[in-house]
Amino acid sequence: MNELVKAFETRKKEAKKAKYLKVKQNYKHAVDVPKGLYEKCPKCKETVNMTHMKKTLFTCKHCNEHFRMRAVDRIRLTVDSGSFVEKGLGFITLNPLFNEGYDEKIKSYQERTKLDEAYIYGYGEILGNPCVIGVMDSYFLMGSMGSVVGEKVTKSFEYAIYKQLPIIIFTASGGARMQEGIFSLMQMAKTSAAVKQHSNQGLLYISVLTHPTTGGVTASFATLGDIILAEPGALIGFAGPRVIEQTINETLPEGFQRSEFLLEKGFIDQIVDRKEMKQTLSQLLHYHKKVMG
Amino acid sequence: MNILDKERKLKSLLTQLETMEDDILIVSIKQKIEDYKHTAMTNLTAWDRVLLARHQNRPTAKDYINYMCDSFIELHGDRLYRDDGSIIGGIGEIDGIVVTIIAEQKGKTVDENITRNFAMPHPEGYRKALRLMQQAEKFNRPIVTLIDTPGAYPGIGAEERGQGEAIAKNLYEMSHLKVPIIALVIGEGGSGGALALGVADQILMLENAIYSILSPEGYASILWKDASKASAAAESMKLTSYDLEELSIIDGIIKEPIGGAHYNPTQTFEKTKQTIIKELLALKSIKQSDLLQKRYQKYRKIGFFQRFNYDNLGGIKR
Ligand SMILES: [Zn+2]
Repeated sequence: MNELVKAFETRKKEAKKAKYLKVKQNYKHAVDVPKGLYEKCPKCKETVNMTHMKKTLFTCKHCNEHFRMRAVDRIRLTVDSGSFVEKGLGFITLNPLFNEGYDEKIKSYQERTKLDEAYIYGYGEILGNPCVIGVMDSYFLMGSMGSVVGEKVTKSFEYAIYKQLPIIIFTASGGARMQEGIFSLMQMAKTSAAVKQHSNQGLLYISVLTHPTTGGVTASFATLGDIILAEPGALIGFAGPRVIEQTINETLPEGFQRSEFLLEKGFIDQIVDRKEMKQTLSQLLHYHKKVMG
Repeated sequence: MNILDKERKLKSLLTQLETMEDDILIVSIKQKIEDYKHTAMTNLTAWDRVLLARHQNRPTAKDYINYMCDSFIELHGDRLYRDDGSIIGGIGEIDGIVVTIIAEQKGKTVDENITRNFAMPHPEGYRKALRLMQQAEKFNRPIVTLIDTPGAYPGIGAEERGQGEAIAKNLYEMSHLKVPIIALVIGEGGSGGALALGVADQILMLENAIYSILSPEGYASILWKDASKASAAAESMKLTSYDLEELSIIDGIIKEPIGGAHYNPTQTFEKTKQTIIKELLALKSIKQSDLLQKRYQKYRKIGFFQRFNYDNLGGIKR
């Protein structure tokens, strides 16, 4: 345990020097996806102009394939301009199992994504409707949930309770973060309990499942929304397709574990196109507005 | 030499003993056996405990239930799809206290393992568990769960019927069930499949049980790209009862005899029974609102990270 405390103190000192707030303000534009000016759409193989991605809401203009999006872009496209205030800052990810290379990995993702972790949340308004909005970023270590993500998700629910607001969470995650071992697993219980607390207050929780949402996130807060929406074509499931294929020793049918499949099986309320998302969310928020007095 | 090798050596010593007739030799080999047990079979590595947790002869949930309960009536089915054999549930009486017991059940033979699906539940198993737990809440019965699973089953049917949703619902509801819950890991505590029965006021483990986010084999192959490093993975994953107690994830450990629970099942069952009775009585005396508050805080505080509080800056605009 002494070793853990020592590591803890080292990270604390380093983090003090790092100045997270400044890093965040340097955010410019999307990472990873647009490697060149023109890219081939992975679905229809047509050429897509990546510089116009924001205009097309990060979808393919030929086949409407929904590409992955950064959390910051998602927030900009979802909430009213200027209304978002990020909360829950200043968290520092630690390495409880002393996994070799994990500290470096976190640092490199922080540099690449300009985020401190795979989840951001805060206050926002959608067409004038106030809410708490949280977004997972799959570009940060596959959006996996470790101690910090679990804590921030929990805090976002607690913030929503404190403000008596509805909450919307966009999920995108490969599941629990293996590098943090049992601590990651326990975040599933922690976040689910936080959803319950929020729900007990009679408040609305909308979860929006985006590509990909699997593992420990699917098996906790992602599937606990009062209303569960999904983007078209998103991979959503508990076990990953490869694990299932290895277990049952056959290839999986086309469209298995995609949004359309889940809709058919009765696990999501609606598939919402990205173009319609903001409108749909604002309408749902409007329906649940608390009448004063 | 891992614990299974040592077990084989012990067995060969014991067979030697059987064929012996000379009294002096018998005494000396008996001494040798005792010495061997105390020197070689204590101080187990994490990997040894993984092997013991999965041991062929390790007592299963039913063995515990049969010993601990004066009577037990099994209740089947989720009322939605089918009865999942990998989870058993029912009502029993432990020393005069009526409890609902939910348990993940491994099979002892190949045939039984097929019906039990190697204790890897489908969604209907978790929904059966939830149904029975809510029934317990209605009748104000405490709940005891016995955890022993490699993990939730990864298959087509399980996905079609919402494995993720079933597990999530259990975590969600168990966090607020108005009766005391004790969770005991008796063998393998495999990931979300174990946690789905593991939200409790008291989380206990048998000494040689394990509890982890995934198998050491999986950890080694995903993070180190080498499944053969499983034993090294087990050491670093902090999956033993002692590690988890040190990390404050669990509340208590029930000791096992040298060599593991299967060397003296009755002793293990008796210790388990006494511990559960003690915990039940302690939990029963707690006021309901305090119980729920404590349970929430128990999970609320789990996490390993550091934070600077920037909240007083009012957040940042993007
Ligand atoms: Zn396309």
